[in-house]
Amino acid sequence: MKKLLIAALVLLICFSGLVFAGGDQEEPAVKEKAQEKAQEKVTPAADDKNGGVLVFARGGDSVGLDPGRETDGESFYGCTQVFDNIVEFKPGTTEIQPALAESWDTSSDGLEFTFHLRKGVKFHDGTVFNADAVVFSLGRQLWEDHPYYNHGPWKYWGGMDMSNIVKDIIAVDNYTVKFVLHKREAPFIANLAMDFAGIVSPTAVKKYGTDFPNNPVGTGPFKFVSWKKEDSIVFEKNKDYWRRPAYLDRVILKVIPDATARYLALQKGEVDIIDFPSPEDLEEMKADPDIKVIQQAGLNVGYLAFNMDRKPFGDKRVRQALNYAINKDEIIAGVYGSAGTKAKNPLPPTMWSYNNDIVDYKYDPAMAKKLLSEAGYPDGFSTTLWAMPVSRPYNPNGRKVAEIMQAQFKKVGVLTEIVSYDWGTYLEKTDHGEHDMALLGWTGDNGDPDNFLFVLLSAAAAEIPAQNISFWRDKKFNDLIIEAKETMDVAKRTELYKKAQVIFKEEAPWLPIAHSVVSEPMMNYVMDFKLSPVGKRQFYDVWLDN
Amino acid sequence: MSEQLLDTESIEPIEKEPGRFREALHQLKKNKGAIAGLIIIAIFLFIAVFAPVIAPHDPLSQNIELRKSAPFTEGFLLGSDDLGRDLLSRIIYGGRISMIIGVVSVGIALVFGILIGVISGYYGGWLDKIIMRLIDIMLAFPYVLLTIVIVAMLGPSLTNAMIAIGISQIPRYVRMVRASVLAEKEADYVVAERSLGASNFELMFRSILPNCLAPISVQASLGVGEAILSSAALSFLGLGAQPPTPEWGLMIASSREFITSAWWIVTFPGIATLLAVLGFNLFGDGLRDMLDPKLRD
Amino acid sequence: MVRFLIKRLSLLIPTLLGVVTLVFFMIALSPGDPARVMLGERANKQQLETLRAELGLDQPLGTQYGLYLKRMVRFDFGKSIKTGRPVMEEISNLYPATIELAFFAMIFAATIGIIIGVLSATRKNTWIDFTSMVGALFGVSMPVFWLALVLIMIFSVGLDLLPTGSRMNVRYYFESITNFYVIDAIILLIREGDPKYLSSAVKHLILPSVALGTIPLAIIARVTRSSMLEVLTQDYIKTARSAGIKESRVVYRYALKNALLPVITIIGLQFGLLLSGAILTETIFAWPGLGKWLYHAIEARDYPAVQGGVIIISTTFVLINLVVDILYTLVNPKIRLQ
Repeated sequence: MKKLLIAALVLLICFSGLVFAGGDQEEPAVKEKAQEKAQEKVTPAADDKNGGVLVFARGGDSVGLDPGRETDGESFYGCTQVFDNIVEFKPGTTEIQPALAESWDTSSDGLEFTFHLRKGVKFHDGTVFNADAVVFSLGRQLWEDHPYYNHGPWKYWGGMDMSNIVKDIIAVDNYTVKFVLHKREAPFIANLAMDFAGIVSPTAVKKYGTDFPNNPVGTGPFKFVSWKKEDSIVFEKNKDYWRRPAYLDRVILKVIPDATARYLALQKGEVDIIDFPSPEDLEEMKADPDIKVIQQAGLNVGYLAFNMDRKPFGDKRVRQALNYAINKDEIIAGVYGSAGTKAKNPLPPTMWSYNNDIVDYKYDPAMAKKLLSEAGYPDGFSTTLWAMPVSRPYNPNGRKVAEIMQAQFKKVGVLTEIVSYDWGTYLEKTDHGEHDMALLGWTGDNGDPDNFLFVLLSAAAAEIPAQNISFWRDKKFNDLIIEAKETMDVAKRTELYKKAQVIFKEEAPWLPIAHSVVSEPMMNYVMDFKLSPVGKRQFYDVWLDN
Repeated sequence: MSEQLLDTESIEPIEKEPGRFREALHQLKKNKGAIAGLIIIAIFLFIAVFAPVIAPHDPLSQNIELRKSAPFTEGFLLGSDDLGRDLLSRIIYGGRISMIIGVVSVGIALVFGILIGVISGYYGGWLDKIIMRLIDIMLAFPYVLLTIVIVAMLGPSLTNAMIAIGISQIPRYVRMVRASVLAEKEADYVVAERSLGASNFELMFRSILPNCLAPISVQASLGVGEAILSSAALSFLGLGAQPPTPEWGLMIASSREFITSAWWIVTFPGIATLLAVLGFNLFGDGLRDMLDPKLRD
Repeated sequence: MVRFLIKRLSLLIPTLLGVVTLVFFMIALSPGDPARVMLGERANKQQLETLRAELGLDQPLGTQYGLYLKRMVRFDFGKSIKTGRPVMEEISNLYPATIELAFFAMIFAATIGIIIGVLSATRKNTWIDFTSMVGALFGVSMPVFWLALVLIMIFSVGLDLLPTGSRMNVRYYFESITNFYVIDAIILLIREGDPKYLSSAVKHLILPSVALGTIPLAIIARVTRSSMLEVLTQDYIKTARSAGIKESRVVYRYALKNALLPVITIIGLQFGLLLSGAILTETIFAWPGLGKWLYHAIEARDYPAVQGGVIIISTTFVLINLVVDILYTLVNPKIRLQ
């Protein structure tokens, strides 16, 4: 028996020897990559830019990879690689440019859009891209009697209200598609650049059926290869891409849920780019000579909504007082770090029509107390403060923001109890108006101000289940944003939206907290990665300099 | 229910109790582990009761400018957390919360466990069969999973975490009490009392139950430690205490992002948990040795 | 014997039925709306209603339960609300990762635990015994998730020896054959002669196994010790000693063999518990297993996924306990007679 123990021990030691000896090969992943690269150089990419394998670490797994069906950012990260749209956001901007459509015409009444499609494009499975594919991809989301309608629910299509905008989609000929609309809708064309309007291969959908989200086939720069659930998705270069092929040979999306663990993986060279770094680690990353951090103001806003249907938030003075009571600098310092900027408007500063002339309520507890007294609450009041349980782009830590606010409100006599539920319950209860004050936020998805102001603050959005969780119904504000929605002229729309923001500030249905800066730390050798304001992660232009 | 239990104890101690009790006390003095456990428990109870006096700072008062101060700087003995709150004070108040969690959860488990166990063992028959089936079903869930599913059902909060932990611990007491009751039910003294006209209730709670108290008290002491660990785990997963409550598990959870930059925020709440649980385990172990050496493992 | 087996197996059915029923009602009665979770911030009323109807959530509870039972009989857990894929398929993809982790955690716990237990028992009341038993008490008193973080802090961040999480270096691209990465890696070692896969797989296993295995290690050490102590006082051991057989032979050849029975029982029971204990460990180490998946499913109110996951874990747990029970009875016929 003793011999057995000794034998086991020896075996263990040998084994650990093997493990740690092997370690030498593993640790300098960069070195090994360099070798891989050497092999790749045999077949040089277009302008001699290095390809290779890129590992992108992110917080969660994709749900599925059917662009029409998914709603979450993690799924779209995958969809973006595989699918193209007929129009697209110019990389790094919210401007629209042609993609699978080479050009388009608009009828004079603004109710008909005709798209002229690119010829000679093929899906990854060899299917020819044509007008039928466009009608198929979007039609399955529009027509309830479409044979593939039941592969939905087509949530994003519904969320953008597309069924009430689009009346018909017609294949005029093999390479011409016409959209007929119910009403004039300025943001329509931008909607078509969003992920949900990605063009899928009809053949593949028919072949895989409901399993298509696991076997996505599009026309995009990368082909889907394999998916290890909760772990990684692998894509490879589409050599027959209709533009120049991508430089990278392979893109791997890797799941590492904890932000600090992602950072550690980057430090160790296990991954090349990481998503959503913890604001706590940002300064350290910037100081690291091997790492660069690319940042861009996000198209988002995190806010505290006052439920105006509840006492005492119906009183404008109370809402203003609470705005005066919060020191946003502390929230930025405690939660966002260098990854956020203070917000004063409901629109992010990068959005056209952002009204920079507006002056924010400054931090002034005395003023807050005075206003509270005027409103009849000289000793303050008790209420609830709802905090989101999850980390979102616009608010990396809802509970911590709530903790800071709680302490600040207390100084003006407003006692708050922090309330939190799981994410689903939280959304459900807030959209039913069960909260007093609630933290929430929004990430824009088509680069149009309407996507913020109408969706979040219109009277229509105050119907239960509401997205206007302040339940703010202001006639003047509402008229302005509806007029802007139906106006095609951008200068005119800008003026209307700027006016709307003035009313918003005065009435203070929200306490806008911050716009987060999206940061993407990566190894120095990752070149030409551009952040997209609408939250896409594109690797088409990326190459590796090593 | 708990009142009745207290009553039974105060009315008339069973004859053989005093001797056994003195004997136990004597043994306790000899058992170093139990003494050590008792001392640790006493310290934590003291801290829990006098938290407001002992704590150098308000556990909720923030000072964002002094966030993540290292231990022994800026007047923070154990450093400050990410919102500039004094870590030591939060740990002290956390002790109070953990003691409450331990006592309440085990209290719930004891009350229901004993009641169900006694009834099941005493009456037997179909009632016993049904109860034991239900207990089997509960035991078919691994403990951690059961608490998680119950909290998920009730909604995340400290109270619900205590309820979930309490419910998850019920089966062990039911089984233990039932077995003891079955063993004692036909004992001479019970038969004698029954013939003297004692009611079922008297027999169950006054005659039989006190004889099962030894294994129950061992289990309860270990159970408190386990409850503290479970509640920390639930809070860690976001299913237990909610911020800004200074609960140890929650403190560890929110410290995750500082493992590269502020080791003290991770380390100290964990050590506090470890020590408190250790105290109850040491005491429970010692108690077991004293009361019945055969019960060991 | 056969009658005993049949009896035990037939008792299994009502237990499992009870588990299935309990899971259904606990989940069905819990607050939170899966449709709402799926749609996120951008939901309108009509979408919510459509989705609820599609998920069958608008049906009366009794009808839902009936349909549910019918499916359970066929081991059909339905489709995940979140991903739309069959729950069974997701579980079978992820369960191997959890089993692999639990297995290695148990190897770690059993090897070290038995060694410590034997050493303590044979050197009773020495400092070795004392230290080991205090150590074991620390082991059972430790919050596992905290231990995991401390391990990461020391071995990944501080010493930079081991990876922080996941199962394999993501750059090593390979098709998994068995979903047990260690086995896959050994196959690759044989086939390609490259040890890097095995090295990476094992390195990724070390920290999570230690974190997950600490509690069972402590328990096994204690049980081994007390069981050994009991055996060492038995007559036949005394006889063996007086017959002049070498002490080490007495201890390892005769005593340990007989003392292992309760230890093996504990190992079996603890293995069942590890499968659920893995929820915390997997969450911290980004281990793509059933525990982490189940936790996300609970968060997302993904009813079918939660039901499936809980039932699978509980069933495994019950089955392991049953096997341990039966083995114990086979070895120890006295119990059967009772």
